[in-house]
Amino acid sequence: MNINAVIGLVFLVLGVGLMLIFFFVRRNQPVRALRSISAFQHLRRALGLAVEDGKRLHVSLGQANILNSNGASALVGLSTLERVAQLSSLGDRPPVATSGDGTLAILSQDTLRSTYRRIGAFEMYNPDRGRLAGPTPFAYIAGTLPVISREQVSANLLIGNFGPEGALLCERAEQQSAFTLAASDALPAQAALYASAQEPLIGEELFAVPAYLQGTPVYQVSLHVQDILRWVVVGVLVIGAIFQFIMPLLGGGAP
Amino acid sequence: MRAPFSTALAIAFGLVVLLGYFIPAPCDPANPGLSCTFLGIRVVLLDWGATLAGVAMLVGIVNLALVHWRKVRASGKERDLLSAVFLLAFLITLAAGLWFTPADVRFQRAVLGIQTPVEISLMALLVVTLAYASLRLLQRRSGLMAVSFVISALVFLLLMSGLSGLFQQVPLLREPVNVINRLPLAGARGILLGIALGSLTAGLRILLGADRPYSG
Repeated sequence: MNINAVIGLVFLVLGVGLMLIFFFVRRNQPVRALRSISAFQHLRRALGLAVEDGKRLHVSLGQANILNSNGASALVGLSTLERVAQLSSLGDRPPVATSGDGTLAILSQDTLRSTYRRIGAFEMYNPDRGRLAGPTPFAYIAGTLPVISREQVSANLLIGNFGPEGALLCERAEQQSAFTLAASDALPAQAALYASAQEPLIGEELFAVPAYLQGTPVYQVSLHVQDILRWVVVGVLVIGAIFQFIMPLLGGGAP
Repeated sequence: MRAPFSTALAIAFGLVVLLGYFIPAPCDPANPGLSCTFLGIRVVLLDWGATLAGVAMLVGIVNLALVHWRKVRASGKERDLLSAVFLLAFLITLAAGLWFTPADVRFQRAVLGIQTPVEISLMALLVVTLAYASLRLLQRRSGLMAVSFVISALVFLLLMSGLSGLFQQVPLLREPVNVINRLPLAGARGILLGIALGSLTAGLRILLGADRPYSG
């Protein structure tokens, strides 16, 4: 086993261990308040307004392939879609989900169907509300633009894997005076969305969306574990840098 | 627990694929052991996944065509005649693809002859959109982060447009420019580490059966 696999395994075991420990410790405790992020406060307000105004919510899931390493962002998008469908079930218009990958489109339909079945509102389910907008990045954007402008959408959640072309969706939403929260796992997209979206999320904030929307212990525990692992990485990096600095001074080679 | 069978299947398949990453490959066919077994199962599962993803894309495209068909047939505000353009283009491309096959050079040239200019036009539109969004950024968002973003964007645009090479010829500026050029790399690594940890915990939620983006 090479060193990368060993490091990966250590983080995996640490992650599983911490997640199980925190989950069993906290399962009977009340849900803790998370640190305030203005984007999520605005999102909650936009969700409420959409229901009150009889407008639709649009969840754009991006074009992540569920079999690739960027599939995790798609899973976050699906969890968000589940919660959005629950929250908007009191409204007149069910949410619409667009995706740039066939598997993701089917999973979005499946998420909507299972959510409506669970909350006893199966009549709200329409498979057309979870659709493939286009199979290539620009085809996806071209297919999603009409959804934002013609389907009475008042809030857009762009959560998944996007390229910088996601800025075109934010611009169209801006023209429609619609709210936009955007988060991508791709670096070029994060820069473009920071400039164009009303509420951009940077870096790992993408993975905090379900915790802030769902408020269930498992997502909060996951967020907590993520924070701890980040501090572990920071510690390892700092210690490594110190060693790299002092080893030549002590007469040894760089580690 | 909802959908216990699909949850168990997802966890089992996920674990097998994950273990495959940690068991060294390639295996020795002359002496097949645990390594070969896991590698074989992992390859089969990933092949199934790829096949299913292909079928899913086909299903998605059919669903997309049906959505546009319903929009053409709808009445009132729901009706969208642009959907008719989409369906026409879709049917022509499908028929030509079936007739000539996607490997045909003429078919590829015809499709790319339409797709490439359209995508380039969207790219040009994106450039204008991003320039406009950057101009509006400070109006919309105040604070240190927004100011830093705009200054960084301007500095690196200037450096990457040739100034960096020019400055490196001046001995006094060489090292500061090198340090500045390394800054985006450090920032990108920081963000990517965060995303990697987020992906890890999202994957663990699925593996532990705590998060199920499927109904079963």
